[in-house]
Amino acid sequence: MNQPLTVTSHNLEGSPARALITKIGLDGHDRGSRIVAAYLRDAGMEVIYTPPWQEIQSVVQLALQEDVDLIGISSLATDHLIIPEMMAALREAGLDSVEVFVGGIIPEQERPMLLKAGVRAIFGPGSQRDDIVECAKGLAAESREKKQQAFGG
Amino acid sequence: MGSYEKNSKGVKQAQAQWQSEYAQQIGSNDRVIKNISGIEIEPLYTPEQLPDQAQYLDKQGFPGQFPYTRGIYPTMHRGRTWTQRQLIGLGTPDDYNERVRSILNLGANAISLLPCNSGFRGVDCDTVPLPLLGTCGTVVNTVDHMDTCLDGVPLDQISAAMNDPSPFTLFAFMLNVAKRRGISWDKITGTSNQSDYISHFVANHMFYRLSLPGSRRVLVDHIEYCREHVPNWNPMSIVGQHMQQAGATPAETIAFTFSSAIQHAEDCIARGMDPDSILPRFTFFFDISISFFEEVAKFRAARRIWARITRDRLGAKDPRSWRFKFHGQTSGVDLTAQQPLNNIARVAVQAMSGIFGGIQSMHTDAYDEPITCPTEETAKIAVATQNILREEAHLCDVIDPLGGSYYVERLTDQMEAEILKVMEKVDAAGGMYKAVETGLVQSMIGESAMARQEQIETGEEKIVGVNCYRDDEDSGEQVATSRPDPIKMQAHIDNFKAFKEGRSQQAINKALDNLTRAANSDDENVFARVVEAAEVGATHGEIIALLREELGFGHPLIVA
Repeated sequence: MNQPLTVTSHNLEGSPARALITKIGLDGHDRGSRIVAAYLRDAGMEVIYTPPWQEIQSVVQLALQEDVDLIGISSLATDHLIIPEMMAALREAGLDSVEVFVGGIIPEQERPMLLKAGVRAIFGPGSQRDDIVECAKGLAAESREKKQQAFGG
Repeated sequence: MGSYEKNSKGVKQAQAQWQSEYAQQIGSNDRVIKNISGIEIEPLYTPEQLPDQAQYLDKQGFPGQFPYTRGIYPTMHRGRTWTQRQLIGLGTPDDYNERVRSILNLGANAISLLPCNSGFRGVDCDTVPLPLLGTCGTVVNTVDHMDTCLDGVPLDQISAAMNDPSPFTLFAFMLNVAKRRGISWDKITGTSNQSDYISHFVANHMFYRLSLPGSRRVLVDHIEYCREHVPNWNPMSIVGQHMQQAGATPAETIAFTFSSAIQHAEDCIARGMDPDSILPRFTFFFDISISFFEEVAKFRAARRIWARITRDRLGAKDPRSWRFKFHGQTSGVDLTAQQPLNNIARVAVQAMSGIFGGIQSMHTDAYDEPITCPTEETAKIAVATQNILREEAHLCDVIDPLGGSYYVERLTDQMEAEILKVMEKVDAAGGMYKAVETGLVQSMIGESAMARQEQIETGEEKIVGVNCYRDDEDSGEQVATSRPDPIKMQAHIDNFKAFKEGRSQQAINKALDNLTRAANSDDENVFARVVEAAEVGATHGEIIALLREELGFGHPLIVA
């Protein structure tokens, strides 16, 4: 069960997108992450949901083991400040194809830092369900395309 | 014509006429309106909905008299207004001290200390990524840190709220600071804010540190210790705020909070404590949402229910045990990142509900709360909002000014019934401890959160700037965010490390051994050993790590 899955192009085809919804760092407010997890589940994705307070390395491990297409990080305090560190850890583990989006309270001035680190989208408070779901679907599709390319189509 | 006689021909006629005109004019524009707690709201309330005058003393009574529906003190805000207690916490102990001194210079007589999220998680600053330190609270890991935080603060003259639950190390640090300064502990006043482990467990809050049974035991030890050694301190603060923030309706919030309070009181009584020796020191902490009338009715109903619970169920005889004392915080969930200045208006309305609800102590949110941890500038506006409501709007002139409103009295009765209904569910599940252990409460809250979210998405519930009146030109979130100075924070970590090197390891080992022994014995008070360990230099993280080892780690329960 804890055996990491081998990522190959054929076992992705046609299967539902897989999303990891989690919180890293120190804050535990999880209303937002629970709601987004339910949105994606209701939209037909397979959602892996964790309790808050995950270590960066556990997120990387989980992404690897669960073969996810995208990761959603919820940050309501200041935990987004270590997202660049997480992005680097994902790349180091060879998970370049996994797309990352962020939701919660991210001050305007700190958004460029996240985008530069590779975060694909940021959703603030009051974001609409459809926007979030559409974006997640698009990111999952992109992630699959990257995986296809990496494995030679 | 003339007075309202329920069954008189004149009243019946007039009412029928209104009903027909109302139906005709509103036509298909009418719709069912429910408040967040699910109570259907009528277009008009009349004397028919008022409680029977013969029940006035039983249901409403006079301020300061059982069942306290109209207020817990005879004078209420006309005599003394609520305490303005703004949460503060930022950066290093030096940063905190600077901010707290400025607040005291402005005339405040109450302070609160909010620790850094690393402290909430129960770890010391040397184990956490630097960028996360001090961003939402102060980094306090030792008695020395607390001494710096409280430098120049007259501990025997101010009321202090320590936002630090089980095992209450920050309060242990504060007691040691008082001891160093020769201040007698019976002069210490304030609250172990949010000492209610149940709410942290339910709402997955970051305060949740020790296992459920471990937290339960340490809380009772804490209450027992304070009763003997710090008699004017409030060791028990039961929290509805986290649950309402997590999505519980206002009625569910009161129900779950009272069920928790009953649990804590019964645990103390089982330990042999007299209800009247603990209940006067029970305080509550709630969210105040923007559902204006619902919040007012919520607090009025809560006072009545708590008075009856303490007297009839818990057997308290002292009127001080019957009074429902609460601190309220305006709800951050209602604030929007879109058009953020609008939040000032929202906070004003929320604060008005608190005032009309008979609040004892209040924190108003800064308008930039949905964007960042508030800055000093925005926090000042939040305080000014309270001052304007008190001084300019004259909201404190009359006690319980909405009492007697046909609508508010009816709603108070309905909220009471709704709250009691939810409490019965918890009782049927075997009490609050069991109901959270099995996840019952968590799933109820999850359902309410989703239902609310759906109302917002379908546009049934309107939020200005979010699902209506949107301004696409609005660039909104342009509040400057300040982060602690990384150089100062690094120096703080370095000093902390040096402090640990320089301690008497022998004294530390002895204190931690004593703490281990206490944790494994039913006859010793764990909190007493925490205070002693803090005195010889044991750190916040060391104390919590040890108790997590001995009493179990606080793992959250995830309920789908």
